[in-house]
Amino acid sequence: MAAAGAGRLRRAASALLLRSPRLPARELSAPARLYHKKVVDHYENPRNVGSLDKTSKNVGTGLVGAPACGDVMKLQIQVDEKGKIVDARFKTFGCGSAIASSSLATEWVKGKTVEEALTIKNTDIAKELCLPPVKLHCSREGGMRNSSLNLLTKLV
Amino acid sequence: MLLRTAWRRAAAAVPVSPGPNSTAPTRGLRLRVVDHATQSDVPSATATAPQAESELRPLYMDVQATTPLDPRVLDAMIPYLVNYYGNPHSRTHAYGWESEAAMEHARQQVASLIGADPREIIFTSGATESNNIAIKELESAIQPDTSLVSVMTVNNEIGVKQPIAEIGRICSSRKVYFHTDAAQAVGKIPLDVNDMKVDLMSISGHKIYGPKGVGAIYIRRRPRVRVEALQSGGGQERGMRSGTVPTPLVVGLGAACEVAQQEMEYDHKRISKLAERLTQKIMKSLPDVVMNGDPEHHYPGCINLSFAYVEGESLLMALKDVALSSGSACTSASLEPSYVLRAIGTDEDLAHSSIRFGIGRFTTEEEVDYTVEKCIHHVKRLREMSPLWEMVQDGIDLKSIKWTQH
Repeated sequence: MAAAGAGRLRRAASALLLRSPRLPARELSAPARLYHKKVVDHYENPRNVGSLDKTSKNVGTGLVGAPACGDVMKLQIQVDEKGKIVDARFKTFGCGSAIASSSLATEWVKGKTVEEALTIKNTDIAKELCLPPVKLHCSREGGMRNSSLNLLTKLV
Repeated sequence: MLLRTAWRRAAAAVPVSPGPNSTAPTRGLRLRVVDHATQSDVPSATATAPQAESELRPLYMDVQATTPLDPRVLDAMIPYLVNYYGNPHSRTHAYGWESEAAMEHARQQVASLIGADPREIIFTSGATESNNIAIKELESAIQPDTSLVSVMTVNNEIGVKQPIAEIGRICSSRKVYFHTDAAQAVGKIPLDVNDMKVDLMSISGHKIYGPKGVGAIYIRRRPRVRVEALQSGGGQERGMRSGTVPTPLVVGLGAACEVAQQEMEYDHKRISKLAERLTQKIMKSLPDVVMNGDPEHHYPGCINLSFAYVEGESLLMALKDVALSSGSACTSASLEPSYVLRAIGTDEDLAHSSIRFGIGRFTTEEEVDYTVEKCIHHVKRLREMSPLWEMVQDGIDLKSIKWTQH
């Protein structure tokens, strides 16, 4: 008897609730600082971490940033005789977004010429990794400019 | 009148389940079983079908940010959330009397933890409100040349203990008011407001395994310290903080204080051992690790380490199954590294490399071992990815490099 009454109460309550839809929990809470899985992926499955022989004529090395800023990136590119980038390596001292940005940059420049690689913008990298606006400075193309400049001075 | 005193005596007689080592729950690695069916009896159109889900959640190593509710505190609070829901300021019926009795009993529990008289404890919504009340007092001081000294008892970032007794002695000899924010210290180290000559003290509930949304301010009566109320209204809490005192929350705060008083020595010994274990293991396995803060005047449960050549936020991302905090710029909204680390003269690059490990009452040895193991593994990995580490290995002095700004 009591159970039937409870059932009726429950149905009445549910009818009320259906009229006022509940938002899923995520929309109600403040935006969480979750790491996007693309960013985490670049850390857990790193591409192109390492070093190329910096004394080689075909390798350009660029270093940007400062430890005092919490952001230092080293980018190296190796070109063939036609000026196409055949290999790229990076090392980064920086947050997860900085690591992922550097890693993505080395993936993108492979197979491009130096001029084409210089057109990659940090906004492109940020969009690909879904970086929030506050992390835009991490996606640097400065490293690319620096290393290609270094390369050009060698080839001259 | 007689009836109300009887209620008070009855409330005082109900003890919080006591005893060091007796009922402190032990836990292994945190595997939580989340059963959505029990979340709420109220049906919803958007709820998932009731089914038990296993959910692995990160280990909790961030007790300076907040602490979990001690189960004994929850036990003390539940009756006041469910049954004894009266307003403690209602003077005309039993609901009010029993709620008031519980509030006064909680006040006594808080007072006895810091060596104060219960009449000197005012309940607030937290240490932040208490701090504001204390500092506002400066503006309403009677003597025009009175000033106020305000110092944290234990720092929340690096765990350093300030010499409160010495500061208290100096302030009292110069007739200057002395306030301390003891949020991270209450219930963890012995405090006595009379020995330390403290005039005002801020207390936070959720830093000592109590509920969030409640705290207290200690205001000395002899010699009287006058404060101006931040919020005015019905004149509750001796006119110093109007607003209905939330009985369930203050009961929780009182219970948390009583448990802390009983378990302080045991907790301190256990946490010191675990802290020693964590620091020794990490420092033995990794070179170039710096502990921030004075090693002697230090609360053991707050360990702040800088891992050179590795940036703090990247390490937090790598240690995704442990809940930690960092003093690096990337983790703060302002992109500025921790002001505390800067103030103690830490090099800026080390300030970006700092991680805070919090060890608390419920932290287990397995959790510490797991955290240490993961930390060592990921620091090594991140150092392999770090150009700074590479340069240091090649014998380059980093201080000699001209860095570019970007």
